[in-house]
Amino acid sequence: MQTIDLATTPLRDMNAMLQSQAAQTNQTAWNIVNPKGAHAIAVGLDAPIEVTVSGSTGYYCGGMNKQASIHIAGSAGPGVAENMMSGTVVIEGDASQYAGATGQGGLLVIKGNASSRCGISMKGIDIVVHGNIGHMSAFMAQSGNLVVLGDAGDALGDSLYEARLFVRGNVKSLGADCIEKEMRPEHLEILRDLLDRAGADAKPEEFRRYGSARTLYHFHVDNASAY
Amino acid sequence: MCGIVGLFLKKEELRPQLGGLLADMLITMTDRGPDSAGIAIYGDEADGLKMTIQSDTPDSDFAGLEAALGDVLGQPVTVRVVDTHAVITLPEGAEPAARAFMDSRGLRIMGSGTAMEIFKEIGLPKDVAARFGLREMAGSHGIGHTRMATESAVTTLGAHPFSTGADQCLVHNGSLSNHNQMRRVLTQKGFAPRTQNDTEIAACYISSRLAEGSGLGEALEGTLEDLDGFFTFVVGTRNGFGVVRDPIACKPAVMAETDDYVAFGSEYRALANLPGIETARVWEPEPATVYFWER
Repeated sequence: MQTIDLATTPLRDMNAMLQSQAAQTNQTAWNIVNPKGAHAIAVGLDAPIEVTVSGSTGYYCGGMNKQASIHIAGSAGPGVAENMMSGTVVIEGDASQYAGATGQGGLLVIKGNASSRCGISMKGIDIVVHGNIGHMSAFMAQSGNLVVLGDAGDALGDSLYEARLFVRGNVKSLGADCIEKEMRPEHLEILRDLLDRAGADAKPEEFRRYGSARTLYHFHVDNASAY
Repeated sequence: MCGIVGLFLKKEELRPQLGGLLADMLITMTDRGPDSAGIAIYGDEADGLKMTIQSDTPDSDFAGLEAALGDVLGQPVTVRVVDTHAVITLPEGAEPAARAFMDSRGLRIMGSGTAMEIFKEIGLPKDVAARFGLREMAGSHGIGHTRMATESAVTTLGAHPFSTGADQCLVHNGSLSNHNQMRRVLTQKGFAPRTQNDTEIAACYISSRLAEGSGLGEALEGTLEDLDGFFTFVVGTRNGFGVVRDPIACKPAVMAETDDYVAFGSEYRALANLPGIETARVWEPEPATVYFWER
């Protein structure tokens, strides 16, 4: 286990060290101590290493992650795992705004609550939130899965494309063009796998599925007066 | 951007630590607002009224001020000079005459009240904190702001906090879009904003609601109805501390509460060094939801 103390190591040095790990590195376990809400911790990683952040983080922790498994032992600030490509980011506490935004792959697990705009413009990432999510989550979400064990705030899935949204609790309101859809066997399979990988204690059958009504994809002359 | 910090102590014995804790919180928010900084601190209750004033030429303006103002008022006053600011203790009832005196001399009134003192200047937060000796200040609660100007000029008067009522202050992260309309409404109610700054209008709005008899909670609720734009506000009164975010809640906010204090920061970084933060209840205030504490 390699330990990096952010009280004594500059942030850029820490990121450079983690980013320089090759795919075959034998330094596979890293511990970042004294994060104290610093921004951009463990960003742009591209190696199958395990990074534990022992505390709470600021903006953009785990951004652009490829391959690495990042574990945040506290809460995460805005934009955690933004544009993640692959790998996993697990947050023990809560996540602030736009967690997993624009993510293209990998798995983001939030064991507490996520704030507003969770999964905004997600493009293939899987997000599992053990608690609740805030308003405008999955706005313009294109693909991937957002699983919420708790409740969702206002305007869930506004202007949604093809991402799948699964919510166990209440949805305060659905956004434009987001509708409840039938839960078919293949969806239960996807959910079962995600819940299992996220260590979530819930049954797929307890969830409802929401998706795009696909009415906003193309211009319709009836909507001309709305422009 | 802008950074906000606030600390409301629940225990008397922590009062001597207020300035030190607040100074550290303020300085961590330098990245969010490096152009000016300010703090409002609720210290010892004055026997009479405290008025904080500011001058760009303090050496000449503050020399002999105590005697000159005492002569005009016909009663003794005390003047405590703190860098470009001075805190004047006035006898009760002397405020209108003192305000006229300050205006006649071109001295800027930052705020007044029985407990509140306000210090704000252009410059980096660490420099501003050092100039005013923030670390040595004691009190029950305080609010600080680091500014990255968007809506009006970088000036001393454009720095936060804004005070538009006795012992009342407000800091803001965001920008208001209906402040010109509200400026007209509040001017008709007798307020005289001194800047073109949107935040000063929000401060006037809270003061107007409190003057009309609303409680702090109701006044904060009112901002959600009557003010349009982006905002996270933190408000101080003589015995209260309140927070509200607009319904979209783009501007960041984190709060922490322990048996000893309630703390606010634009980011967790501002709270990371507070005593007991490891076991504090830490949460992100909900959009369009009012939080306030009063003692």
